[in-house]
Amino acid sequence: MRTVTDVVCPFCGTLCDDLEVDIDDAEKICETRNACIIGDNKFMTAQAPDRHLHPRIRRGGELVECTMDEAINKSAEILVNAKHPLLYGWSSTHCEAQEAGMALAEGVGGTMDNTSVCCHGPSVLAIQTVGIPSCTLGEIINRADTVLYWGCNPVNAHPRHMSRYSLYKRGFFTERGKSDRTEIVVDVRKTETAKNADIFIQPEQGRDYELMNALRVALRGEPLPESVAGISRADIEKVAQTMKDSRFGIIFFGMGLTMTRGKHRNIDIAISLTQDLNTYTKFLIMAMRGHYNVAGADQVSQWECGFPYAVDFARGFPRYNPGETSATDILARKEADAALIIAADPGAHFPIDMVRTLASIPMIAIDPHVTPTTEIASVYIPSAIVGIEEAGSAYRMDNVPIRMRKVVEPPEGVLTDKEIIDRIHRRVMELQGLEVPEVTAVKEPAEASAFDGILQRST
Amino acid sequence: MTSSDPVFTANLITGRTIEQGVAIEGWKDKQEYIDAAGFVHIDPSEFKTLNVWPGSSVTVKSDFGEVIVRAIKSPYGPHPGIVFIPMGPWANQVVGTDTDTTGMPSYKGIIVTITPAPGKKVLGAIALIKMTTQGGVEA
Repeated sequence: MRTVTDVVCPFCGTLCDDLEVDIDDAEKICETRNACIIGDNKFMTAQAPDRHLHPRIRRGGELVECTMDEAINKSAEILVNAKHPLLYGWSSTHCEAQEAGMALAEGVGGTMDNTSVCCHGPSVLAIQTVGIPSCTLGEIINRADTVLYWGCNPVNAHPRHMSRYSLYKRGFFTERGKSDRTEIVVDVRKTETAKNADIFIQPEQGRDYELMNALRVALRGEPLPESVAGISRADIEKVAQTMKDSRFGIIFFGMGLTMTRGKHRNIDIAISLTQDLNTYTKFLIMAMRGHYNVAGADQVSQWECGFPYAVDFARGFPRYNPGETSATDILARKEADAALIIAADPGAHFPIDMVRTLASIPMIAIDPHVTPTTEIASVYIPSAIVGIEEAGSAYRMDNVPIRMRKVVEPPEGVLTDKEIIDRIHRRVMELQGLEVPEVTAVKEPAEASAFDGILQRST
Repeated sequence: MTSSDPVFTANLITGRTIEQGVAIEGWKDKQEYIDAAGFVHIDPSEFKTLNVWPGSSVTVKSDFGEVIVRAIKSPYGPHPGIVFIPMGPWANQVVGTDTDTTGMPSYKGIIVTITPAPGKKVLGAIALIKMTTQGGVEA
């Protein structure tokens, strides 16, 4: 029996880095400590006996097992033969695989998009419009005395966010944890997060934009109508005053804003509200990123080509125009003639008409587990689980990079996401008649503890 | 559905739940995923209007498609007029493709009608996707 400490959880954007994982002498994961129920489940199902370990290829309408070489070769052929392939997903894998994916997308002239497009893509659009006053989660621990959750439900979606960073955690200027903080929740339902709040505001669905503008009016002391978005003037003024009176406030926002009518404009006005609040006090705002490395996908894409998501290489140079070059719109308009889906499950999470397009074109799916996407794929390649069977870099929701640890070896014959993408890319280059560079082994850091040190300082 | 069945119109939002979060890691081809995401939360006060018992099957229908899910009393009420399906293949049967040129589909704020679907079974995620997409194609 051995215990791996300081394990980083590969589930949500909170990237909890204090997990302990017990592994028995047969190299089976037998227990985790400190993880939430979702994180614990991710580790405990990693070695499930029914996990699919062999590549499969569609023949006669069914997915049948094949060799890895066959799957890689067929995947490369699909991408090379396509005029406009879509390479989508990338958020539940490490930055190293994302980097390899960018090179592949450029090589095949495809569109590279990550799950930001149906997550915080609108937030990115707003940030590009008005900027963002933000910070790291460490700042929240030590300083925030007013915490506003708008359209997000961390109790369900980021289960340890409140205890590790935003609400209960005791910090330098917040010695009593929750007692030193005022929690405000804005949501159309009284969620578990809302039930816990000091102030709960339940607006009419889809009217967040008006409510935030009303808060901006209230901050200035200008007259308001009797109610806005179903919220009384008195309640709006109470929230505005609470925010004004804080020493250090933070707005966490989620899909309640980005997926609702208004989309990026909702975030635009939320950031503008935050900027207004800085006339009176210190106030910041942060997106609650979902996939554990969706923030990393944006980062990698930005440093590789200048744009965070929805990047189209069809013309030989990167073009960025969400609404046109986004995976969702490309599928809705049936423009893609092939797809590579990795580290995401659009089969489950895209509107059904987009999934119909995916099912009608040659599609490669790379995922550790069986999903609705893998089951409608032309080629399915199972992969190692990053953060459990493979080390790598990921970005937390506050854009702090964290080194993820490897706790067990992947099952025999199962490749990592990066290995799969690299092998497909090399085969693509062969088919394109290009010179294939020699493989250079990536060195793992000799001392994982060196990264742990960075980690602790970052929080 | 017959002409005498009550038709209940609501505003659908989709989103995360902790059970859905657990089920998406290794359980998508199992009953656990159906239990975690194949339902609709309806405000308790509206079950009489809908004329179904909590736990029974209903058809949720929008301009973009329809799906059979179980009707469950929402623990997060009161929110009359708003219904909730966890994000997943069931919810996405009724989500449209328009992104308002942002890339983001409208996963919240979908007008749906809900009608009783006595005896109808909630399909598993993979069966549902295979049925509604006709499966994949050979490369």
